[in-house]
Amino acid sequence: MTWHPVASSADLTYRTTYHAQILGRELVAWRADDDAVNLWENRCLHRGSRLTLGINDGAELMCRYHGWRYANRTAGCTYIPAHPADAPARSVCNRTYPVAERYGLVWGSVEPQDSGQAGPPALDLLEAGDPTPLRPIVVNAPPAKVADALAGYRFQPSAAVTQRPGAAADWRSYRSPEGGWDVATVERDELRVTLRAADGDDETHLVAWVQPVDAHRSVIRGVLDARPPAPARLAVLRHHNHLLSRLRDRVEEQAALEPVPEPIQVEIVPVSVELSGMPELGAGRRAPLRVRVARKWSAAADVAGFELEPVGSPLPGFQAGAHIDLHLPNGLVRQYSLTNGPGESDCYRIGVKLEPESSGGSVCLHETVREGDVLAISAPRNNFTLSRASERTVLLAGGIGITPLLSMAQTLRQSGLAFEMHAFVRDRRFLPFGELVTSFGDAAVEHQGLSPQQTAEEIGRILGEHTLSAQLYVCGPAPMIEATIQVADELGWPEESVHFEYFANPTEIDDSTAFDVALARSGLTLRVEPAQTVLQALRAHDIDMPSSCEQGACGTCLASVLEGEILHQDVYLSRSERAAGDRMLTCVSRATSDRLVLDL
Amino acid sequence: MAPVASPCTDPVVLDMWHPISAVAEIKPGRVHTTQLLGSPVSYTLDGDGRPVVWRADPALRPGMPVDAARITERLPVIDRFCFVWTSYGDPPDRLFSIPEFDESDRRTFAAASIGVHTSAPRAVENFLDMGHFPYVHTGILGVEPHTEVVEYDVDITDDNEVVATRCLFYQPLAALAATKGQMTEYTYRVPHPYVAMLYKTAPPDPSRLDAIAIFLQAVTEEQIVAHNFLCMVDHTNTDSELKIFQQKIFGQDKPIIENQMPRRLPLAPRAETPIRADKSSITYRRWLADLGITYGVIPEAA
Repeated sequence: MTWHPVASSADLTYRTTYHAQILGRELVAWRADDDAVNLWENRCLHRGSRLTLGINDGAELMCRYHGWRYANRTAGCTYIPAHPADAPARSVCNRTYPVAERYGLVWGSVEPQDSGQAGPPALDLLEAGDPTPLRPIVVNAPPAKVADALAGYRFQPSAAVTQRPGAAADWRSYRSPEGGWDVATVERDELRVTLRAADGDDETHLVAWVQPVDAHRSVIRGVLDARPPAPARLAVLRHHNHLLSRLRDRVEEQAALEPVPEPIQVEIVPVSVELSGMPELGAGRRAPLRVRVARKWSAAADVAGFELEPVGSPLPGFQAGAHIDLHLPNGLVRQYSLTNGPGESDCYRIGVKLEPESSGGSVCLHETVREGDVLAISAPRNNFTLSRASERTVLLAGGIGITPLLSMAQTLRQSGLAFEMHAFVRDRRFLPFGELVTSFGDAAVEHQGLSPQQTAEEIGRILGEHTLSAQLYVCGPAPMIEATIQVADELGWPEESVHFEYFANPTEIDDSTAFDVALARSGLTLRVEPAQTVLQALRAHDIDMPSSCEQGACGTCLASVLEGEILHQDVYLSRSERAAGDRMLTCVSRATSDRLVLDL
Repeated sequence: MAPVASPCTDPVVLDMWHPISAVAEIKPGRVHTTQLLGSPVSYTLDGDGRPVVWRADPALRPGMPVDAARITERLPVIDRFCFVWTSYGDPPDRLFSIPEFDESDRRTFAAASIGVHTSAPRAVENFLDMGHFPYVHTGILGVEPHTEVVEYDVDITDDNEVVATRCLFYQPLAALAATKGQMTEYTYRVPHPYVAMLYKTAPPDPSRLDAIAIFLQAVTEEQIVAHNFLCMVDHTNTDSELKIFQQKIFGQDKPIIENQMPRRLPLAPRAETPIRADKSSITYRRWLADLGITYGVIPEAA
């Protein structure tokens, strides 16, 4: 694997792009705010625009043509502004090249990454001192010819440039003393020359590389083995700039006498077959609303708050406990509860906990989505409704599960109704929307650092005996919800007074069966095959059925069942609702009988 | 160092009509010379104001007086839509139609002829594209966060033109006569491989549509002159104001499309990554391939 210098490290300044080139291949080099250097194909995958025209925002490089954003390091496309909703769930990734920084230069290779080599081979000569890059000199001549000429480059030792009387003004000349400087070409590699100039003990090494830009274009990139002391540095740099410029003129004059070689033709690697076709329109879950991320902030140690304001039409109203589907730039769809209080209709506010182990929804929101981005969302849906006709309302929150309960608490407060909020968190730093929780005063109690066993005991103490019309709302991790349901049951809380909302369905879904589904109102019978859901079978026959989480947690795709035995696999229905056998969630639940009749 | 252009050998392109100059830019009785499809071509207006076009003759240098009657070896010529069109081959009897051109109350004129270092098909695609409005024409034809390109329709008509309809985009200042942001509806039309047109609501009269076209003169495969043609309902602004607006918009496009690589339009599906917003460009690329065009494109390897 051959490494070539493509830039001086100092060229990659704060939030700029730099046009690099190796053997005819155009590259964009840019430094992110975390100091990572990126070296990519200089083409946006969308329509071939040069990315050197793009905008380096410190974390991503945005194409100037259509605003596509590519992430630092991976070059993965993170945002396609033209399609906030049905952005293809495809991995668009630009081509990256091996890159390294060494001796004040940025190095790249257009050959495949060789795992053993993290950069150009180390040179003892430059490892020891304080290597100082010279100003690069562009030469319109073939690289090999430039390297030949460099082997004959002669210069003064750095100290000699300024030590002689009047030397500061004399950097233009290479003047040999009586007997001459001891100047020698120490080593000559194909496109690298190592030179030494000595005046007794005063010795300077120069390693010069020729960057092969194209068949007839080169850049001389020299590095001195030591950094000349401050007053002399400028003189030394001028000395080399002047002499190398003269060398350039000689090489170009010589090259002009010979035929100019054809530019190197580089092959543009085709995109994958999956990316080459136009993506199909997204079907199923609808996201008719467009929102702009007006504010993104840290709502707890591992929670990002997002304030979403409407783009175009105003936002529809919502009830306490409602959630929205958020369609992410990476193609995933996720559900988030609104934390808004009543009447806050100018924006939606949600909290997103970072789950690095999950399939990428929260990571995308934390790392990729930023203020100003447009996202597609569904209208709010409420399957976790709040009753305001009770004498006692208990709100139990586990971690990020507090979000729907915040909306409920504000609603109750607004109506002058009492409530008790209990927030279970690891410690205070992990309490989402802490300021809002604090504003509830004595009505909100924090419980920190409890084990599952202690949590269950604490919930028992909080609940106590059920009193007339008391209602319990719980949202949090699955084990906490299960424990709460059990504790409430033991304390005699009627099932219909215990309301819960799971973030996710922990059940392992069995989808191995096949059965028929008859639709009573449509007069249609469908076959549900293994690995297909009832919901998918309905949609395959153009039957409209709303859905949201599509994993049996949110309750949006509920259907009434008129006949047949149901295999419930959701976490939405209560025990008695399941037992009644008259409704099912079509996204996960199936039949144990050969046939189901739905009221559709 | 651009290689010396070789003359076009694409029979389909040679038989097409090509724009070479705005009629209003021609000095009667003087030699004008330009390059078309890699070959120099000269033109003038005769005593009756009719354009005459011939393959350039080194003896008749640009600016020299010429008696058009003495030019016997003439190329086919049409004076249409304010421009002179010619062909090296056997062009169709008629040019495509722009019915609005004949509406008596419209203002029709050549707005600008601008050299661009790209291929004609790249410029056509850019003209059909809405997704770049917020990024390239910021604050005029688009603005963040209104970046979405909603689903639209593309068809190939019975006259074998590419037509895109129901194209909606939010525009802060869609035209010079516009005073506030609005959802603007566009219709796009490609009536000729190197010509793109758009129709959009004319702010003074929502029932009528302004028509704007670019006629592309392929100087070489990768060098064009974009001739801007306006056919407007606007009666408020002067010609000069409308021209300046058009030039401003095109001036924003020019550096962008000059930095698309490769310059010739790749027709192989795997050359670039389309999204749904690119429906019209996908149709245009297939249409070019079906027409058998090879000049200004990179044909799909057989």
